[in-house]
Parts: sequence; C-alpha cells; structure tokens
Amino acid sequence: MQIDFNKGARFNVLEFSNLQFAILNLQFEIQMPLSEYLLRLGDDRLILGHRLSEWCGHGPILEEDIALANMALDLIGQANLLLELAGKAEGQGKSADSFAYFREGIEFRNALIVELPRGDFAFTIARQFLVSVFEMLHLEKLQSSAHSDLAGIAAKAFKETRYHARHSADWMLKLGDGTADSHDRVQKTVNELWRFTGELFEVDDVERDLVAEGIAPDRGALRESWRSEVARVLQAATLTVPDDGFMQRGGRDGRHTEHLGLLLAEMQIVARSFPGAEW
Amino acid sequence: MSEAIPATGDQQQATHVDSQWPLWEVFIQPRPGAPHEHCGSLHAVDAEQALLNARDVYARRAEGIHLWVVPSLWITASTPEDVGPFFDPANDKAYRHPQFYKTPRGVRVY
Repeated sequence: MQIDFNKGARFNVLEFSNLQFAILNLQFEIQMPLSEYLLRLGDDRLILGHRLSEWCGHGPILEEDIALANMALDLIGQANLLLELAGKAEGQGKSADSFAYFREGIEFRNALIVELPRGDFAFTIARQFLVSVFEMLHLEKLQSSAHSDLAGIAAKAFKETRYHARHSADWMLKLGDGTADSHDRVQKTVNELWRFTGELFEVDDVERDLVAEGIAPDRGALRESWRSEVARVLQAATLTVPDDGFMQRGGRDGRHTEHLGLLLAEMQIVARSFPGAEW
Repeated sequence: MSEAIPATGDQQQATHVDSQWPLWEVFIQPRPGAPHEHCGSLHAVDAEQALLNARDVYARRAEGIHLWVVPSLWITASTPEDVGPFFDPANDKAYRHPQFYKTPRGVRVY
C-alpha cells in the first residue's frame, strides 16, 4: 500500500483547522451565553441603580432620601461585580466601566421595567417592589449556581435585595392603605407597570443552556412564587392585582424605550468626555 | 418633668412633637454583649418604618449588629434645673467609685 504523504498532510491540516473551529465554537457556546447572562444581570442593576440615584436630594423626607441612595449604591455595587465578571467571561479584556460607559443603547441588556423614568414617589416604590421581589427569588436560587464566583456575588446581593423588598413592601402598605390620593397613584402605577413584568420571567436559548448547566436558575419557574408574594402585599395594601395581559419585551435583545438613551446620555457623559479619567 | 408618660403603649398614638412625623430615638449595639448606645433620632410614622430608617441612617457603615427604636415621647428627661440636685452631690464622694478594686483577669471590659 502506497502512502501519499502530501494527501495525508493536507488531511491533517484540515483536521486541525476543524478542531480549532470546534474549540472556538465551544468557547463561543460556553462563554457567550454566560457573558450575555451576566450583562443582563448587571445591566438590570446598573440602570435601576441609576434611576434610584436620581432621587438623591429629592426624597420626600431626609430618611427616605438616604434609604433610596443606599439602595442605589447596593445595586450599582452589584452591577460592578457582575459586569467585571461579564468582562472575564467574554475574554476581550473589558472592565465594568467599559461596559457601563462605552456601550450604546442597543448593546444594553436590561429589562425595560428598570429604565422607565423614575416618575413620582409611588412609581419609584412600586417598580422597586415588583423588581425587588423578583430579584430576591432569583438571587435566592442563584446562590447555588454551579459558577462559584456568580454564586458568591448572588449570596451578597441576596441579603441586600431582601432589604430592598422589605423597604419597598413597607411603603406599598403605607401608600396603598394611606390617603385616597396615595392609593390611586400607586394603583395606577401598578396597573401601568404590570405589562413590563413579563420580561423578568422570559427564558430564551441563552438562558436555557445555562439552566441546563446549573449556572442560572429558571426564571420562568419563579413566576408563581413572585405572583403570590406580590399579591399578598398588594392585598394587604388594599390594592388590586392586575390581570396578566399583553407583555412588553425587547430589552434583552437591545430593543429599548426612548428613555434609555436619555439616561445613558447623562450617565455616560463624564466618562466619554474625559476617557480614562480617575478620581 | 414636663411631659406626662403616655397612657398607652400604642406607638401610633404618640403625639406629633413638631409639624413632621413622630420623632424616634435610635440605639445601636456596636458588637455582641456591648450595651446599646444612643446614636441619634429620626422621623417615622410607625415602629417598622422607624427600624428601617434607623438601618439606613445609622447602620449603613457597619456601625453595629442590633438596633432599638423608641418613640422620643417615651423618653423622660431631666431638666437643666435638675442639674444641681441630681448631679452635684456626686462630686465629693470618691468612695462611691469602684476604682479601689482591680478588675479580675478574664473579665472583658467594654
């Protein structure tokens, strides 16, 4: 049998490039969903934290002004950790700052509910309540993620978020069961916000893989516990739980409301005007 | 004594002392076993909110591990006129102070 070395060599080269391609593909499959998921988690917190920070100096009373700023700092701190980790997972050398300050609106992966303007105090509190209850349930599961760094961040964030849920639930009771005006305002807000809550529970291919690997909890499975906890507080606050109807979506794919652009303009202006500036 | 002690334990009944929400005094325990120390006051409409506000205003930089809040109206305070009769007699009685004793080894001093 005659061996054609040239042919063999060519075959080997092809094999090698196929292997390389397979490795790259594998890296893409493992790392891209992870960094994408971490961007979702980080952006939800960065944008909500920024919205809360807009209350600084405008809170209804001094104590609440400080409370809102505290929650904003908690969320921005969580975003910092998650976006750093997203940079590591992506492997392109990006820091949390480069994600926060040098991405365009279509690159942000937050759910739409967190980017809506802060509105009046009832709006801020109702949004915080609906999101915090979800995050509390989500983080509780994420603490046992197969990704140890992510599990560690979740454990820290879970404690903070339990407080956010308690603080905002207390205000839901006071606003809902307060004056006729506060009741109407908070009920109107809950009704308006309801169509933005569906996106929190959406599971796409990116997350389905991570759920299968034990890295991410299944958001869809949290819906019932979220609903019953939210209903418990709303009912105690003499508020009505809206019916599920059409749900807005798009944030996870970079399709945002017009409000995100204005928020980013304000949030990113200093970093973009003075790139690389440090305190 | 200018304020009468409120007749009921219902904290929501505490009368407004100014045009804002009722005032509460906050006490924080810095570490296990240490006494709770007064750290300031705040406004809140009820006990739960007072506790949450105390957490945000006085415990956000790891100042302690336990909080008490109490309506300021429940604090009965001595008046400036009480200074003489209350505190002067303490000045000349060194034997009332326990500094003649040595603290036994092993006792933690806070």
